[in-house]
Amino acid sequence: MKRFVARHVAGIPKSGIRDFFEIVSKMKNVISLGIGEPDFDTPWHIREAAIYALEKGKTHYTSNLGLLELRRSISAYVEKGYGVGYNPEDEVIVTVGVSEAIDLALRALLNPGDKVLYHQPCYVSYHPSVTLAHGIGIPVPTRADDGFALNVQDVEKAWEPGCKVLMMNLPCNPTGGTCDRARLERIARFAVEKDLIVISDEIYSELVYDGAHTSIAVFPGMKERTIFLHGFSKAFAMTGFRIGYACGPAELVDAMMKVHQYSMLCAPILSQEAAIEALARGDEGVKSMREQYHRRRDLMVSRLNAAGLRCRAPGGAFYVFPSVSSTGLGDRDFAYGLLNSQGVAVVPGEAFGQNGRGFVRASFATGYDQLVEACDRIERFVNTAAPCSAPSSS
Amino acid sequence: MNPVLKLLIEGGRLTSAQMAQVAGISEADVDKQLEQLRKDRVFLGWRPVLDLSRESAAAVRAVIEVKMTPERGGGFNRLAERLSRFDEVESCYLMSGAYDLLIFVNGPSLQRVAAFVSERLSTLEGVLSTSTHFMLRSYKEGSFLIDAPAGEADRLKVSP
Repeated sequence: MKRFVARHVAGIPKSGIRDFFEIVSKMKNVISLGIGEPDFDTPWHIREAAIYALEKGKTHYTSNLGLLELRRSISAYVEKGYGVGYNPEDEVIVTVGVSEAIDLALRALLNPGDKVLYHQPCYVSYHPSVTLAHGIGIPVPTRADDGFALNVQDVEKAWEPGCKVLMMNLPCNPTGGTCDRARLERIARFAVEKDLIVISDEIYSELVYDGAHTSIAVFPGMKERTIFLHGFSKAFAMTGFRIGYACGPAELVDAMMKVHQYSMLCAPILSQEAAIEALARGDEGVKSMREQYHRRRDLMVSRLNAAGLRCRAPGGAFYVFPSVSSTGLGDRDFAYGLLNSQGVAVVPGEAFGQNGRGFVRASFATGYDQLVEACDRIERFVNTAAPCSAPSSS
Repeated sequence: MNPVLKLLIEGGRLTSAQMAQVAGISEADVDKQLEQLRKDRVFLGWRPVLDLSRESAAAVRAVIEVKMTPERGGGFNRLAERLSRFDEVESCYLMSGAYDLLIFVNGPSLQRVAAFVSERLSTLEGVLSTSTHFMLRSYKEGSFLIDAPAGEADRLKVSP
């Protein structure tokens, strides 16, 4: 049957996370640091709003762009939190998570063969999403020694004629990397100079631990060339609600809406209702979860470094991305060895692109006590590291 | 808020050393602050949060609304402090509204609690009336849900 599969789909390699997941899910007593979602359940008041909406019979389609009340709330939230104003009437679209928003943006922007710059390591969907939109992905490396920030020199070096889009995710999954204002401004200038559209996935922007988050959309000339993507999954612990949004110039949002209306129609109304509640009264919950992540981050960074796995404190998100080179093991061997001998799951860095080789992603979206136990086990593993080979990658 | 106080409220049985790591201060500082909180009578003591209904010898608990006559000079304080000294009294609050004091009491049996109310509490001079409500079932105790399923929600074990 394979011959029926479209070439560009067939050409996408299997997710590195997928085969690891298969193994971990069959094991018992595993402490998983491989989970890319909050361990907190959605705050009760948000869940209750969804239940109430269901009771009230809110079970119908909404406008393609999403409920106007939600778009108004989003517009106010983004203006207050990020300093960029978007018109809720035509510059905001509600999507099924940021994942859909990325897909919409790429499909709305790319002609076959258009090139997309994106930093790597990066979220697993970036390269495949570009491929599925018939674009060509061009990775820009980020490095451990400057906290996996994105540097304009690397973007310049990777740039080539035909580049149309720069896609970035700061704070970053998997590295936790962030970008200070000065670096971001240089990237913004480069984007203006090369006439690039920036797709800025800021899903982790509430979870920033050192200093304040800056959106690239605030710099001169940027609002009109930025598609700002955000959602509720991480900060409000609403992953299963599948709700996100995109803000950008009306013409681009309109183009995204065309794809959305024929593929998705609208985001689920119950999730939209829950999102309204999250924006209205969710701040305290976000703050409390952020404080807990912050504490866990500090624990992980100090314990991993003490165990001999070098890592800098991630500026945001809920991942540490330590190098495992001191153990003499590659990232896959390290991850499989740790899993088999100590029952701790971390994700091999190569799942996030070539530049992730030699690193592993450990999520601290897990209870503090569990993290302490996981760190004890990691330390034991590093001290006794009897290299245990990973099955060869398929 | 004082970071040590915050950790105390959030519970979780942290040792001073763990608190120090979490709050990013030295262990000596944690001990100093704990001592100060005790001295200031902010931190009164430790109590586990228990669901005693699961114990076979379950205690009986009741809430009692008390109306009383305030005294010139001291208001409700003298009587409230006196009432609070009974071992049966878990907590005692001065309230606004239809009654004056709200008292949480416990005892080994219904008879013992009833005896406390009729013989000790309502006979005190200054107590005008009492209204006793026995607790039938607890749904939430000290911010813990009683029958919420324990453990982690069903998250995928590895996800991007």
